[in-house]
Amino acid sequence: MSVRARTLFLAAVIAAAASVACGGGETQPASAPPPAAAPVTNPVDPATAATITGTVTLEGKPPTAEPINLASDDYCAKQGSKTTRTFVVDGRGLQNVFVYVKDGLGNLKFPVPTTPAVLDQQGCWYEPRVFGIQVGQPLDILNSDETLHNVHALPMANREFNRGLALKGLKFTTTFTAPEVMVPFKCDVHKWMNAWIGVVAHPFYATSAAGGTFSLKGLPPGTYTIEAWHEKLGTMTQMVTLGAKETKPITFTFKV
Amino acid sequence: MQMRHLYSAFVAACTAVLIFAGGLVTSTESGLSVPDWPTTYGYSMFTFPLSKMVGGIRFEHTHRLIASTVGFLIVVLAVWLWRAESRAWVRRLGYIALAAVIAQGLLGGLTVLFLLPDPISIAHAGLAQIVFGLTMTIAVVTSPGWMTGYARWGSAPDDRALQRIAVVTAAIVYGQIIVGATMRHTGAGLAIPDFPLAFGHLIPPTWSQPIAIHFAHRVGALIATTSIVATTAHAFYHHRQRMELVRPSLLLLVLLTAQITLGALTVLTGKAVLINSLHVVTGGCVLATTIVLALRAHRARFAQTLGGVVRQDVVAGPEGTAYTIPSRGHV
Repeated sequence: MSVRARTLFLAAVIAAAASVACGGGETQPASAPPPAAAPVTNPVDPATAATITGTVTLEGKPPTAEPINLASDDYCAKQGSKTTRTFVVDGRGLQNVFVYVKDGLGNLKFPVPTTPAVLDQQGCWYEPRVFGIQVGQPLDILNSDETLHNVHALPMANREFNRGLALKGLKFTTTFTAPEVMVPFKCDVHKWMNAWIGVVAHPFYATSAAGGTFSLKGLPPGTYTIEAWHEKLGTMTQMVTLGAKETKPITFTFKV
Repeated sequence: MQMRHLYSAFVAACTAVLIFAGGLVTSTESGLSVPDWPTTYGYSMFTFPLSKMVGGIRFEHTHRLIASTVGFLIVVLAVWLWRAESRAWVRRLGYIALAAVIAQGLLGGLTVLFLLPDPISIAHAGLAQIVFGLTMTIAVVTSPGWMTGYARWGSAPDDRALQRIAVVTAAIVYGQIIVGATMRHTGAGLAIPDFPLAFGHLIPPTWSQPIAIHFAHRVGALIATTSIVATTAHAFYHHRQRMELVRPSLLLLVLLTAQITLGALTVLTGKAVLINSLHVVTGGCVLATTIVLALRAHRARFAQTLGGVVRQDVVAGPEGTAYTIPSRGHV
């Protein structure tokens, strides 16, 4: 090896060593901006956690449920007659209303459940019709029917998809990447099949059940905007301030 | 030649059926009831079990099967023209129809895979009418009447005014179809819920994009009606002896009346599926008839500009008359 070649080899080795020592040659900004306040993960102190319990009521007489024509699918027709489910009323209580904390959690960050939420296609209905899920939480979509369904999600902030589930027992799993209340689902095969999923960034959501009741548990003390959403009647909001370990009842009254 | 004409007329009729089937798909909002393409729920399109054709799948899958059939028929037509047609420009029409129907199939697949984006769906609707127009054109130019220059009613007139107005009418009708497709695929079909007024006024008192699209379709209907009436009136007044012009003119007026009625009923019935779909296919028939009229109005110019008659034969006409026909050449 000549003197010149040895010199070049040595220079290359030094350059490579310097490169490794400096982290692969990445340049550092002269002055990095100050980091944003780090989100607090799993911030709820069980000792101070508060609860909102509530009822969703309906004022006025809801429209009569319309019979659904099932003639386009013998399997669905055999599952029994069906009527529209837009208003599910129990006494004055209104079911299938999605209630959630719309605002007030600030920069808090919550663990994402690994247990999937489930949207089933059963008896030619979506079950459940209205429910919530956290951003990033798996959503299992099942077909429990002996007929074909397609699952067509029509979100605005998340990615639209349309998947076919041709056989009983088939399922697929998806996740949502952004909060969105609500994400509509429909089956283009069976026009009467609709569902709505509220995608939120925290675990404080519920769907009104029998009697229109719901509860939001484990909230840190603070002031919150609570929103109630109904597929036909739209949304209502109210402010709620919670002290430590407080349980506060609220009521949403929709009018028809 | 007679068989080619009958076959191309059959293909054109099948294309009209296909347009009606497509209209049913959009009217029933079944476009995404089959989420995959070219397969159907993982099955080959042609082996998908009939027992699984339920709900919206009946409309979408049937549309795909009819589309495949029409595609095959057009392949046969293009090959037939390539092998047997002496006029190069007619052979080229076959190739263009074939390319158009292939593009149409791809657009249909893409609109499913991309979840019915408006531009692709509107292009799919617009190209469907072009395929229909092309098959109808082939049917016209392979017909015995065209080959004889419609000689049984004397020499074909070279009426420049009729030629111009007929072409303009066809263009207006096609533009109106595109506006209609835009209205249909953007969900603006009931943006103005009353008819003939708009929210009780001649001009909508409030505006939004759907209202503007819907109102444009109504204004387009007025323009198309005016243009069609002017064209047919010209044909009746100046060429009342020319049955090749009078007949499509009469048909055009009948179709126009039906189309306006169907358009009004579409609004008044809240987009009833059958009426809405018939409105789509009748629009296609209006366009096809304007194309027939425009082609026949140009018949004399075809003979002049494309080389004229190569050889003439004497053919027996009705009631013992005889007339000459070009047996081959650029007619």
